[in-house]
Amino acid sequence: MSIDGSNSAGLSAAHSPGSRFTVTRATPASTITLLIAVPMILILAALPAFANRTLLQELFYVFTMLALAQLWNLLAGSAGLISVGQQAFVGTGAYALFAFTVVGGLDPILSIMLAGVTAGVVAIPAALIVFRLRGAYFAIGTWVVAEVCRLILAQVKQLGGGTGTSLPPDVASSMIGLDFVRNLFTVRGPAARDIISYWLALVLAVGTFVLVYRLLRSRYGLALSAIGDSEAAAESTGVDVFRTKLFIYVVTAIVTGMAGALIFLQKARISPDGAYSLIDWTAYVIFIVVIGGIGTMEGPIIGVAVFYLLQYYLAALGSWYLILLGGLAIMLMLFAPSGIWGVLSRRLDISLFPVRRRLVGPLKHSAGEQNGES
Amino acid sequence: MFGWIDTVIQGILLGGLYSLYATGLSVIFGIMRLVNLAHGDLIVLPAFLMLALVGVGVPIVLALAIVVPLMYAGGYVLQTVMLNRVLGRNILPPLLITFGLSIIVQNGLLEGFSADTRFLNVGPLQSASLPLGGGIAFGIMPLICLAAAVAVIVLLNAVFYRTAVGRAFRATSDDVQIAQLMGINDRSIYALTMGIALAVCAVAGFFLGARSNFDPSIGPARLLYAFEAVIIGGLGSLWGTLAGGIVVGLAQTIGAHLDPEWQILAGHVAFLIVLVIRPRGLFPRAVD
Repeated sequence: MSIDGSNSAGLSAAHSPGSRFTVTRATPASTITLLIAVPMILILAALPAFANRTLLQELFYVFTMLALAQLWNLLAGSAGLISVGQQAFVGTGAYALFAFTVVGGLDPILSIMLAGVTAGVVAIPAALIVFRLRGAYFAIGTWVVAEVCRLILAQVKQLGGGTGTSLPPDVASSMIGLDFVRNLFTVRGPAARDIISYWLALVLAVGTFVLVYRLLRSRYGLALSAIGDSEAAAESTGVDVFRTKLFIYVVTAIVTGMAGALIFLQKARISPDGAYSLIDWTAYVIFIVVIGGIGTMEGPIIGVAVFYLLQYYLAALGSWYLILLGGLAIMLMLFAPSGIWGVLSRRLDISLFPVRRRLVGPLKHSAGEQNGES
Repeated sequence: MFGWIDTVIQGILLGGLYSLYATGLSVIFGIMRLVNLAHGDLIVLPAFLMLALVGVGVPIVLALAIVVPLMYAGGYVLQTVMLNRVLGRNILPPLLITFGLSIIVQNGLLEGFSADTRFLNVGPLQSASLPLGGGIAFGIMPLICLAAAVAVIVLLNAVFYRTAVGRAFRATSDDVQIAQLMGINDRSIYALTMGIALAVCAVAGFFLGARSNFDPSIGPARLLYAFEAVIIGGLGSLWGTLAGGIVVGLAQTIGAHLDPEWQILAGHVAFLIVLVIRPRGLFPRAVD
């Protein structure tokens, strides 16, 4: 395969040399989006200078959920690996953070990186086992793996066993850069910690987005869409199906583990039930992806906004809130399985973060007609 | 020594209960390749329905006789109204619909019955046991449960292998397109299948409540035990599912015998070991 991850370069349709058809991935909308996205991220990065603590904490939650949603979307929407066990890696990353900081005495930010590595290491044997199951059975298999992790961690007395433990205050206050932030914004320790966590969450969300976007536009993206269409056909054209899936699964686990570590660094308290919660780290995440639009880069962004609003206004309803989310998910699957962005992009024919290759021809209307997957 | 014999007996009896959990799941997968993530909650739901009926003075056996056809009808409607609309190559919609259903049932039960732990009172049989000497005893209720698990499988196999409609089930399972050419309406077969599966769930729910305590949150764990029994037994064979249930039950009681905190973990680990050494299960029949 000669297709690289370069941004918008058209590769000419090689079959007929004189053809004026070209394959392109950029759209006018995507170019404008990029021009808007960069200043927006810079504004978000500067936000701690004027925003209050509550807003930063809320955005922290939004950013981490967005990262988890992009990762689940990569697995399920692109690689066809529908997992209901991503809490395995959130929890493992979170517990690894506690182990490295509390038991190992390492710096929290360094520990987040190591927590990602730990989740990746756990993901390899897990993948070798659950990849023996197909489709929906794969989904439940990932759930069993998460349960095994939860039950094992509940036995580890150094990390609080079944009831969990708290992060000692001196761990959080030893964070790299804390003094710098304290002097920069003239705030007290806890507020400075929130600012660092906010920045880390922003880096995580943007970094995850860029990682997934580049992956999908690279040869791995092509391989994944081939696997999605037909595993046998993909294999016959030289795609190593097993290795591609394993690669995606482990990469996802590493970043999911880092997200878990960051989330529980901010929470500063961990328990097996919280860290390996199916509802918090998988059900909500799936809801975000499907309501926004599975298999698209835009979907999770819209989904996380909708989810945040629902959570903000309705979470007080308790179990009725969850019943409502479940009902919404069912309705969505029955009547609009492609989600909000799926419906919008079909109606308006726009793509802000295109990962597909489009065939653009010399005729005026051909671009509109031939915008299917190529 | 007697402790170990007792552990093995208890494990086999527990396996009867897990086999009842798993039979419905095995039937739905065998016939329509569908996985119902709400399966565990649809075992807990009938237990609560029977509890409610008993609460208003209905005898427990009559309550069971009411809830079994009720769950059958519920399954038929669920399949017709929702799941038949999303059948196809994409497995995500049915998976997410049943996931949503699981959350709705769980939280609906929580609203209706609170998080309190309950049990079904089935009279003097509940705690009766059959002494075997040497301090070993069979509980009567677990024994009836194992017998019911066997009876359900015998009954289902009789339907599948000795009746015309059973032939239609097997044809749909083998090749849905050819079955359609032979004049079989696959959608109505699927609706019947889900009905049967949920009727078995009602029986499982009865024994869940009669053998142990339950609360609205325990559904997902039952789904995992059922799933493990199906995979260990091998897809497509109901007797394999019974064997799988017994393997999970044995692993759990042996684990608990070593350390009470290891019970659930031991069951999961047994499942993972079987998956590594016999990925198609102990008694595979279906090719996929």
